[in-house]
Amino acid sequence: MATIPMTPERLLPRQAPATLLDAAGRLVPGEDLGMPDDDVLLALYRMMVLGRRFDAQATALTKQGRLAVYPSAHGQEACQIGAAAALRPQDWLFPTYRDSMAVTARGVDPVQVLTLLRGDWHSGYDPYEHRVAPQCTPLATNMLHAVGLARAAVIKGEDTVALVMLGDGATSEGDTHAALNFAAVWKSPVVFLIQNNGYAISVPLSKQTAAPSLACKGIGYGVPATVVDGNDVAAVYAVVRRAVTSAAAGAGPVLIEALTYRVEAHTNADDASRYRSRDEVDSWLARDPVTRLREHLSRRGLLDEAAIATLAAEAEAAAAALRRRMNTDTSHDPDELFRYVYAKPTPELCRQQRELAAELASSRQAGGEG
Amino acid sequence: MTTLAEHYRGLAAGSAVTMVSALNQALSDALSEDDSVLVFGEDVGTLGGVFRVTDGLAGAFGETRVFDTPLAESGIVGTAIGMAMNGLRPVVEMQFDAFAYPAFEQITSHLAKLRNRTRGLVELPIVIRIPYGGGIGGVEHHCDSSEAYYTHTPGLRVVTPGTPADAYVLLRQAITCPDPVIFLEPKRRYWSKEIISGQAGLPMDRALVRRPGSDVTLIAYGGALATALEAAEAAAEEGRSVEVIDLRSLSPFDDETVTASVRRTGRAIVVHEASRFCGYGAEVAARLSEQCFHYLEAPVLRVAGFDIPYPPPSLENYHLPSVDRILDAMDRLQWQETGALAEAAG
Repeated sequence: MATIPMTPERLLPRQAPATLLDAAGRLVPGEDLGMPDDDVLLALYRMMVLGRRFDAQATALTKQGRLAVYPSAHGQEACQIGAAAALRPQDWLFPTYRDSMAVTARGVDPVQVLTLLRGDWHSGYDPYEHRVAPQCTPLATNMLHAVGLARAAVIKGEDTVALVMLGDGATSEGDTHAALNFAAVWKSPVVFLIQNNGYAISVPLSKQTAAPSLACKGIGYGVPATVVDGNDVAAVYAVVRRAVTSAAAGAGPVLIEALTYRVEAHTNADDASRYRSRDEVDSWLARDPVTRLREHLSRRGLLDEAAIATLAAEAEAAAAALRRRMNTDTSHDPDELFRYVYAKPTPELCRQQRELAAELASSRQAGGEG
Repeated sequence: MTTLAEHYRGLAAGSAVTMVSALNQALSDALSEDDSVLVFGEDVGTLGGVFRVTDGLAGAFGETRVFDTPLAESGIVGTAIGMAMNGLRPVVEMQFDAFAYPAFEQITSHLAKLRNRTRGLVELPIVIRIPYGGGIGGVEHHCDSSEAYYTHTPGLRVVTPGTPADAYVLLRQAITCPDPVIFLEPKRRYWSKEIISGQAGLPMDRALVRRPGSDVTLIAYGGALATALEAAEAAAEEGRSVEVIDLRSLSPFDDETVTASVRRTGRAIVVHEASRFCGYGAEVAARLSEQCFHYLEAPVLRVAGFDIPYPPPSLENYHLPSVDRILDAMDRLQWQETGALAEAAG
């Protein structure tokens, strides 16, 4: 592929976000992004409905004490689903803790996704099965993993793109700087997707950055960047798809800033009323990503009431199945604590494992006697 | 898996080589034998590393496998993690001990934990080479003994060679190890020379008795090993038989070799450059008191750096454990009391 010079003009991101469907679900004229095919739109709609119901179910599970904590992505469905769906099977997803919907959209079993938040283990799925890295908690650190994995793919001659998700707060971390820089210098096939939901827990974007936009940061690294309406799943899908295609073709990394909003609090343990107004939340509810696509599909006759009801029932059944599977007490094997620290447990770890086993045996015995 | 004799094939038997050459040869042999091995870091390509450990490797193996990175240690370790997730074996260089600190989050939060996080599904066979310690007149930030930060982190292996021959063996073993290895290179011994032979090598996690003795055990590693051996020689002239153990592997710790020695000698001193408080010697002393209490004739002593930030070059000799300081510590191991008791008993 011929190298296109990264002139400042080419690197400067657009100011108005790329939008294919407005808040009412009407086509936005003049956008040069191709509109995804109808079957893609229907699939995106279905995945968003399932994703939102999954998210609501997970939040409910925290209230029942089945999950230790859950960071909701309600409101960010278009980003999560649009991005995950735009990836090819051979691509990798590097999600954060808020991206459970995206992880399930890649095909990972929702119970395995919730293993971390259930408190049963730090991650519950095989990263290699669906090419999804463990959900990352320390901000921005997984961006470098994506860059390295993508560079290794190039070295090995594999056609693989790594998409890494981050939030607006994470753009202030040093690893964001390092990752954008390494990816650009190495021309690694990486897509950086910032879900700018306006807040890092309670801190608004105005206290996070003085940049005109987060996408503007790309130019400093020589990374082409763009801004997309993060509540328009058609636009997110199209923008990510284009970035994946370009990265796969050898053009290097792409930075995408998706403008969206977290409707729920940071987690179930957070009180969002301390830092944002009800009016602000309501203004974003009027731009709801699921409603927007439903309006569009209904208006075009691609979705009728019966189909909507069928899909709602499917989501309800999935939530019920999840509830049932999560409403069981899991058994825990304390030996596992020692098993995976090294390829082979060290003599010291074996000793500590025996110590714990003896302690448990003696407390069982004491319990039995009591 | 190559045999140890093959490990040494690049090193002419009978000729003394520096630790820098031994490490260079180890990297070269690893790159030759395994296409998945990569070497990268700051200045390791064209320049061959500030200490020349990677000299000639970029030319010999090409810039896809041996390359300079942007100057960001977190970036180096973070991308190495991604590469290892995708089947490669990165060997990365941190230019100096204190310059590895920006990578600390990647090392402690991911490198050390990803295997455990994924129940063994993600393996990270990464080696992080770090020139460490003082004794070369380095200015601030170039002389830290940072081993305890890493040994306190479960999931990492931490090794440090004391001699050129062992540097070769340990680095080859570290590169084939399925676990992440922090490979600490004592820079003050970079130019020490040793004749390399096809000697039998120990597994990476075993300590080595460098000098047998019967009166007291000196436990040392890395840059302090040569100092301990010198002290043992001086003590021998005064009629004391000193055993010197080279730990090699700081994590895991070879209890078996160390306790066997101390149970025999009844006295032990740990020697290291790092600060004493919560230093590596504290762990060794604690383990010896737990495992050898009834064999000890005296408290386990530590000869270590003071609890100060590493001093400027003109003052570093006051800080570094010296032969005299080790000999003084040896004198404090309650020899008279034991003698008096023995006399009383006799």
